[in-house]
Amino acid sequence: MSNTNLSTDATLRLGYTLQLADNVLILSQRLSEWCGHGPILEQDIALTNTALDHIGAARSLYQYAAEQFNALSDAERAAMFTSPALNQILSTKGKAEEDDLAYLRDAWDFRNVLLAEQPNEDWAYTVARSFFLDCFHFFLYTALQKSEDETIAAVAEKSLKEVRYHLKWSSEWVIRLGDGTEESAAKMQTAIDERWPYIGELFETSDADKAALAKGYGADLNELKALWDERVKAVFAEANLKVPTDTWMHRGGKQGVHSEHLGYILAEMQFMQRAYPGMEW
Amino acid sequence: MEGAYPKAEQVYAWLSQVKDPEVPVLSILDLGIVRDVQVNEAGVCTVTITPTYSGCPAMDVIGMNIRMVLAGRGFSQMKVEMQLRPAWTTDWMSEDGKKKLKAYGIAPPQRMSSSGELGLFEEEPAIACPRCGSEDTRLVSQHGATACKAMYQCNSCHEPFEHFKCH
Repeated sequence: MSNTNLSTDATLRLGYTLQLADNVLILSQRLSEWCGHGPILEQDIALTNTALDHIGAARSLYQYAAEQFNALSDAERAAMFTSPALNQILSTKGKAEEDDLAYLRDAWDFRNVLLAEQPNEDWAYTVARSFFLDCFHFFLYTALQKSEDETIAAVAEKSLKEVRYHLKWSSEWVIRLGDGTEESAAKMQTAIDERWPYIGELFETSDADKAALAKGYGADLNELKALWDERVKAVFAEANLKVPTDTWMHRGGKQGVHSEHLGYILAEMQFMQRAYPGMEW
Repeated sequence: MEGAYPKAEQVYAWLSQVKDPEVPVLSILDLGIVRDVQVNEAGVCTVTITPTYSGCPAMDVIGMNIRMVLAGRGFSQMKVEMQLRPAWTTDWMSEDGKKKLKAYGIAPPQRMSSSGELGLFEEEPAIACPRCGSEDTRLVSQHGATACKAMYQCNSCHEPFEHFKCH
């Protein structure tokens, strides 16, 4: 984990960029696990298409993160990551590239929210996770279009067009299942109840979030929470689903404290670069 | 190259030779993804393009093909830059491009993207079959073989077809 005592404006901006990037990379990896396993071909393709959109956004953000890292002072660089494989390649090359950040960081250097890494389980759990995150990204990117950071604003504007599709897709599935058969409604409600304790973290303000808001390149998470609540309640009402009343929430992802699931995701996702460093295909 | 370098307008016209690898009847000019062409005094040609979808794998191939065309025209120094903003929309596709798409068997985007978003469970207004022209068609899947296309079937001639989505 980064040493927060050594945080500077530049490391906080990089941390914020990584938060954005890691959320979509890990969600993308989870969605692509459905490839070849979807309930019907059209939905299999829907999820892999969506995963591809997220990969595209993640690449733009990691390229930007690498650019920021390369502009840091030695002291700032030393405070960023504690992943041995990453630090080894950074000291050898003297600079970071997008793939280094995706493939050579260990779990504790990832800043994604815990919700993104939760397993697919069944269709209802996958839909619930996507719906919560699509709704979050929709309002987040809408706000970030006005970011004072030009690259973040450009990625937000580009991704927003795609997230609108994702949100339409996941909202329709929440309604289709919730307002469907007795069994589909029960499964959808269970998935929502089980994933609900992960939504608190979406709106929890990390040091990077605080700096981003203060410097004008981030979003106000309290405002986002109100918009998110309103949209989720409207869709649940149409789906005849209950809004959970739990208030206890998991936390830690933004600080690099992850659930056991992230390690397994990385083991699979990073295998090739770890086993054959620098390989291309 | 010695002396005068080709002008940006000339380079722009040459870019009609660069096709979308997924839809080879469309040039990158038809798609509306070329944002700028510059040729500086040192003879460096910079072409700025914008991606259709964030993760579109065709963008790397398109970038390479732009370099090939420029190299074939005598440029030794070239740059292909990616610009995300303003975000690409199908409103930038040329009318000529839409005609080519239809002739190729892909129903072109019909609605203007700027006219607004579809609501929940709302589908595109009638998409005409590119083969028989019938508007009695049905959506099979919002997603297709590439991010930019949806799958349809014609209820009149029964042929399945692809629709280049309004984006």
